[in-house]
Parts: sequence; C-alpha cells; structure tokens
Amino acid sequence: MLDAILPGGGWPESALSELLVAATGIGELRLLWPTLARLTVAGERVVLVAPPHRPYPQAWLAAGVDLRRLVIVQAEGRDALWAAEQCLRSGSCAAVLCWPRQADDRALRRLQIAAETGQALGFAYRPLREAANPSPAALRLAIEAQPAQLRVIKCRGGLAPARPLPADAWQ
Amino acid sequence: MLWACILLPQLAMDGVLRQRDAADSPLALLAGPPQRRVLQAVNGAARSLGLKPGQSLIAAQALTRNFATAEYDPATIERWRRFLAAWAYGYSAQVSLHYPRCLLLEVHSSLGLFGPWPRFEARLREELTALGFRHRITLAPNPAAARILANAHDGLGVTDATALRQALEALPVERLGLPREVATAFARMGLRHLRQLLALPRDSLARRFPAEVLAHLDTLLGHRPLALDFYQPPDVFDERLELNFDVESHQALLFPLRRLTADLAAYLAGRDSGVQRFTLYLEHRKQADSQLPIGLLAAEREPAVLFELTRGRLEHLQLPAPVQALRLVARELPAFAPEHRQLFDERPQQALPWEQLRERLRARLGDDAVQGLRARADHRPEHAWQPGEQASGEPLPPCGPRPGWLLAEPQPLREASLRLLAGPERIESGWWDGSDVRRDYYRVETRAGQRGWAFRTLGSEGPLLLHGWFA
Repeated sequence: MLDAILPGGGWPESALSELLVAATGIGELRLLWPTLARLTVAGERVVLVAPPHRPYPQAWLAAGVDLRRLVIVQAEGRDALWAAEQCLRSGSCAAVLCWPRQADDRALRRLQIAAETGQALGFAYRPLREAANPSPAALRLAIEAQPAQLRVIKCRGGLAPARPLPADAWQ
Repeated sequence: MLWACILLPQLAMDGVLRQRDAADSPLALLAGPPQRRVLQAVNGAARSLGLKPGQSLIAAQALTRNFATAEYDPATIERWRRFLAAWAYGYSAQVSLHYPRCLLLEVHSSLGLFGPWPRFEARLREELTALGFRHRITLAPNPAAARILANAHDGLGVTDATALRQALEALPVERLGLPREVATAFARMGLRHLRQLLALPRDSLARRFPAEVLAHLDTLLGHRPLALDFYQPPDVFDERLELNFDVESHQALLFPLRRLTADLAAYLAGRDSGVQRFTLYLEHRKQADSQLPIGLLAAEREPAVLFELTRGRLEHLQLPAPVQALRLVARELPAFAPEHRQLFDERPQQALPWEQLRERLRARLGDDAVQGLRARADHRPEHAWQPGEQASGEPLPPCGPRPGWLLAEPQPLREASLRLLAGPERIESGWWDGSDVRRDYYRVETRAGQRGWAFRTLGSEGPLLLHGWFA
C-alpha cells in the first residue's frame, strides 16, 4: 500500500530515507518490518545502530525477521553517526537503521552518500519537528499520531502525494 | 627438482635499516670489543662518505662524523633469517637454511601454483623488496649449484644438467665455495676456471687433494645428493622492534607498528594461518610494559586490517611513559578460511567484508558494541532476550502480541486518560530462580496515540508500569 504511493514503487534504493516520528509507539517499526523481514530472510544483513530501546525478539520474530541476520551496534553521539556511516558505506549491510539525536545537514548528507556508495537502504528516525528543516534524504516521511497517518514530505524523482495515507493502510 | 637460492648479501644491514624510517642516511654497524670497535657493515650512503667494512671506528670518525651507528648482532641476523624462512615457507614446503645468509627453496613443485619461473621469481623479488631485504636469486637443478651460482649471478635460471654444467664451468675457481687453501693451490697450478678443473683426471685430483674437494664438485654437478635440514615454522610469532629513541606520541609509533603487523601478515601467509588474538607490548625504561591485547572475532591475516585494528586500539591507550621498544606476540594461530563469496555477488566492488567492518566497529566502540539478538524461551520480558546469535530451530513458547521495543526499566504511566485496548494477560513465572514475576499486562493507548505495553504487579496498587512500545 505504501509502495504504491512512492514514486520508485518502494523505498528508494541506495539512499537515505528519513522517518519523522511524532512520538514513540505509533507504528514506526511496523512500517519497516515487512522490508526487514524480506531482506533478512533473503540472507541480507540488517543493522540497528544505537536503537533507543531494546528490540523485543519475540515481536521481531513474529514480524518475520530472521534474527540471525540482525545486528545491534551500541554507540553514542558522534560514534553512532560514524558507525551508521561505516555500515552504510561498507556494502555488506543491506539496511541500516539509526536514530541520530543531533544530526545536522552535513551529517545527513554523509549518510546519504554512504548509502549510495554501499548500495544500502538507510533509515534515519528523527523527531517530527525536524520536518521544517531541509534535508538531503531521498525520501522524507512524517508519521503522525493524531490523526494516525503518514505524509510524504519529500520524495526524490516525483511529486509528493498531496493526500496523507491513513494509518490502517499499513498497520 | 629445481632449487632457488635467495642470497641475502646485506642481511645484517637490512635488518637494522628496515626499523629506521630514514633509510638513506649513512649508517655503520659496529662489532668487536669496546677498545677496538670495527665497522662490520656500511650502507650505500656511508660508503660514499668513504667508510668501508673492516675500518676501525676511530679511523672512520677521523674521516667523518656524519653517520649513525648500530650494533652488529649475530642473534638479530639469525632472527631475520628465520623470519624470511617463515615467509618463504609460503611458497615451498621445502625451505632450508643450510647455508648462512641465504635461503634454499625447492620450487619445482610450486610452479604449478605460482606460475612459470619468471613470474614466480618476479613475485619473490617484489615481496622481498617490500619487506626491505636486498637479495640475489638464482635457480638450478640442485641446491648446491644454486648457492654457488648466486656467488656470481643474479637472476640466472638454469633448469637442466647440460646448461648447469655450462654455467658452472665458466665460474672462477675461487668462487666455487672450496676451502681457501685448496682454491689458492688451484690458482697456483694455473687452474682459473672450473672447466679446467673438470678436464683433469679424477684420480689425480683424488690423490692430490682432500676427498671433500671431489665430493663438493660432484654435489655441484648433481652427481651426489646434498643432505639438507628443512625448516619447520615455529608455532608462535614473537617479534620485537627496538626504537631509535624514546617515543612519546602515538603518531611516531605507527611506522614501527606498520612494520610489525606487516611482518605478522607475511608470517601468517607463510603458514597459511590467521590470527585471532595477539598482544602488543610497549616497553618502557623503568616501568612494566604496557600491554595491548587485541582480539578478533574471526581469524584474519590482511596486513591492512591488522594494522588498522591495532592502530585503533593503540589510539585509545594512554602511554604512561616513553616507549623504547615494541613487541608483538601471537600465540593462537588458527587456520585461516578465506571468506566465502558468491560468484555473482551484487554488492559493490569496493565492498568491505562484514568481518572487517565488524572488527573496525569493535575497535572503536568497544569489544561488546556489536551484538546479535537472541530470543529465549522465557515468558518474563526481562529474560526473553539475550545478546548472541539466534540458534536456528530453537523452540519458543507461543505468546500473545509483544511490543517491538522493550524498555530497559519499566516506567510509571501517570496519565489519567489511558485507554485500555486489551488485557489483562497474566505473566507468572520465574519462581525457580528467585526473580519471579506475577504481573497483569495490558495494551494501552495514550492520549497522544502511542500504543504501549504496561503492567501492574499482582496485589499492588498504583500506576501502571510501562514496559514496551508497540512501535
């Protein structure tokens, strides 16, 4: 359903996607689980760089993610950005999820270039208030809680759809 | 069989030079008692100043003072010889240190793997140059002939007996490796080349000279085998590098460190093994050595990787005092299995393999920074996970919907307008290990629309405790 409204027919490949989240616990992981499940089952590696909480393995398993292919990297601050960039650039990780706290335009641009170099899917979770600032990410999605919906703020290579996608379309 | 002889004409000098970053400055190696120090070897720059081996130190200092000196140490020379033997062991299973200052390699059986001799020889030369050793290489059907040809030639390759005889016949008598008095006697008899020697009747030679002379000539021509002891590589890599001066900064340690890790890599390639754990010792003048243990998750032997890793760890180390010497010891040398690659890999060309990436992350972020995630068969959320690799096919008990995020510490939910979506689900477990829980879990939604997983311990009052997010 989400794939249908994105111009590339899915997450932009070899690029950084930004997920701007209003609050924790509004379906921001469920949005990615199908992709992560597909990648890990295909034997590709998925890295979580400095996740905000502990992934509950039973839930991830229930979503179809192969935990043997999931790697968690613990890091803080600038180290987390560095680690995410290394993983994206390496070419040995299919998807890299990160939660940058203070990411400026330059840091995001580095992640975007690293994702291009390593042909990886990069996902950066950031607070919704960052939506006002410009960003070099190829795709920017706002995940809102009230009403529960998803808005495409920016997508490279196409016009952002004007209508938001209601939450029950992907949850 | 074909034997390559690698003659190392400047082994002592090269061994000292490769530890210094200024290889072009004049240097002389000294030997002898303190009263009478003698120049044992000099490098090119020193020679152009007029210094010669055999000169006394006083005479040399009368000429010039612009040269550095170092000790001529036979033990060091032996160590370098063994190091090179370990390197050569990567190219041949039969490596011998029979003659001083040279290596003998049986190469006929290696040609299939390393290509025809010219290409093989070029590769040996390239690596020796990279390791910093001057060399001369010859090839002959027997080891003794290869050694003797190296006296006069560099790069000569002789593969059959006729050509060998021709090459040997042209050699002057004093270069044949015969005892000095025998060589002098031949010269006085007017015999200058081996050709003339071989033209003499055998029995007269046997009568007039010791039996070793004929035996030596027969060995040269391959009529008589030469018994060789073959080199067996040691099971421990232990190399020490003395620094020229006390080093206080990390930056200045990088050059010797690169040498050490490159030597380790050359040694590992020779043994066809990798290294999983090694220790770098930094020696100080008055204190105990600083130790820097380096552990890898998988065996590795790429010089660049070993260097980067050690460097990453070294930069975190506080130097308590100036460093005088570096020592690298590796004891665990497991077999090295090259990474399995798919033939049609879609990954980009310059991809960094996961193993290397993981080591790089661990080097900077700490040994425990990179973890897998494993589900455990336990109903208690705190015990339902652990770091590590998920075993395939591990049975997990069925459970209700679980949140994607688990909070490290449950937090009280003090919101009045919580909406209960589902529950309670009772989790009552753990009575056997003392940390038993008896809780009722609910799925809740906050006013902001967040879905959480919260519980209340049985028999207690107070707010619900948030334990996870359905993210």
